[in-house]
Amino acid sequence: MKDIAIVSFAQSDCRRDAGACNEVELIMPVIEQAMQAVGLNNSQDVDFTCSGSCDYQQGAAFAFVMGVDALGAVPPIKESHVEMDAAWALYESMLKISMGQAESALIYGFGKSSPGELPTVLSQQLDPYYLAPLWVDSVSLAALQARVLLDRGLLSEQDMAAVVARSRANAKANNPHAQLAGDVSVEELLAESPWVAPLRKHDCCPISDGASAMVICTIEKARAWGKPYAVIRGIDHRMESHNIGARDLTRSVSTELAAAQAGVDRGPVEVAELYAPFSHQEIILSQALGLDDSTEINPSGGVLAGNLMMASGLSRIGEVATRIMSGDVRRGVAHATSGPCLQHNLVAVLEAA
Amino acid sequence: MSEETTSSEDDITAIETPVYLTYNFTAGEATTRFLHQVRKGKVMGQRCPGCGNVYAPARGSCAACGLPTSEEVELGNKATVQSFTIVWIPIPNNPIQPPYIVANLVPDGANISFIHLMSECDNDSVHIGQRVEAVWKPEEEWDYAMDNIRYFRPLDEPDVPIEMIGKVPLSGWEGKA
Ligand SMILES: [Zn+2]
Repeated sequence: MKDIAIVSFAQSDCRRDAGACNEVELIMPVIEQAMQAVGLNNSQDVDFTCSGSCDYQQGAAFAFVMGVDALGAVPPIKESHVEMDAAWALYESMLKISMGQAESALIYGFGKSSPGELPTVLSQQLDPYYLAPLWVDSVSLAALQARVLLDRGLLSEQDMAAVVARSRANAKANNPHAQLAGDVSVEELLAESPWVAPLRKHDCCPISDGASAMVICTIEKARAWGKPYAVIRGIDHRMESHNIGARDLTRSVSTELAAAQAGVDRGPVEVAELYAPFSHQEIILSQALGLDDSTEINPSGGVLAGNLMMASGLSRIGEVATRIMSGDVRRGVAHATSGPCLQHNLVAVLEAA
Repeated sequence: MSEETTSSEDDITAIETPVYLTYNFTAGEATTRFLHQVRKGKVMGQRCPGCGNVYAPARGSCAACGLPTSEEVELGNKATVQSFTIVWIPIPNNPIQPPYIVANLVPDGANISFIHLMSECDNDSVHIGQRVEAVWKPEEEWDYAMDNIRYFRPLDEPDVPIEMIGKVPLSGWEGKA
């Protein structure tokens, strides 16, 4: 795929409950912010618009269609949607640009999870014959995965708590939109009792309402607009079986494959933003991506600091892009996930222009 | 499992897996403001700062411009029929007996229609451009709901020509805007 430029990114605060706000009211502020950063007005000023969301979260049929009310889509625009995280809306937009059908795109994702019981809602994405009828929730499946890792001695509860402590500290230092931030020690975290054993509540990402938006374009267009930009040098996504029992839950094979295709190891990884909804998954992902101490992992705090379901993946890419655009780093990796226990993974390599 | 056993079983063509999820639905901030006013017997619209169109009930944005509609505008009790249909099918648990009229109505002062019922009318003579007015429930029955207005009934006013539907000001229509 040809190189594509990220020219702007905006994200809302992660809030446990956005109250009466509907999808339009969640989306509009981030779209306005992302568009104004490049001097654009509304979706009329880009060639393509693509969104990611899931109607099951808020329990409102066709909420993603209602979201189009935020765009200024008169006269009609070229628009698409993925019932997935908006990181995959970015992927679709990159295909559109690569095919020469667009030079620029607006991408946004939104999630209003507060109206329902998210872990239970997510049980309905499981296979409809064997697992969904059991209502296995997303936290329980992640706990099974953590149990396998602990029992095999691949990580310890201290390792998991250290991930959480670093997330909270990074969120406090770097992320004004975080829902959970602060100074906590590993000892304090381990003193808490298990929630869905072996997971403690802090091992699980919080449930958040909010949205994020991004503008991408061809390199030529980014130069013409004259704004700082980050380059998406490689991107790939891979999926594993829906059958949990058929997978090796101690590693992320799909992330390893996507990382190889995206070219993660073709240069130093200064920063990585990983979509790890559970603390042990950050360790699995770091290993799958071949990261070591030379990489700063989740400077934003990651999704343990706030998880906008269906926007968090796009936000990971946006977080890395923002750090490149500001000149803090020159090369980074962003990751998005979907499905239970890291079933489906997307890896993007971003570099300075 | 032997082959005979498999072939002697009936094919399974469906399984039952009931799904039951509960949600606390929220209307949206703009709709919440609208419903609070309807509770007081007022129909409010919201104006787009870009194109000036007034929406009722508003969803918080002008879908054409993509801008937040923050300015509140009080609308009239009168409206114009933009389109309508006659419903002949009884709907289970619906107390309204067919045939009845469902219409897209544009209230005076607004530019976009909402859907409501028409009654106290001859179904065969309902037409586009017809002038109607809201018939409200008694005040003690008002709630956060559009059915505070029971229905709209015809007015003895000249029709609004098609090109003027959606452009009638709050001051009303007496054969001209
Ligand atoms: Zn407008």
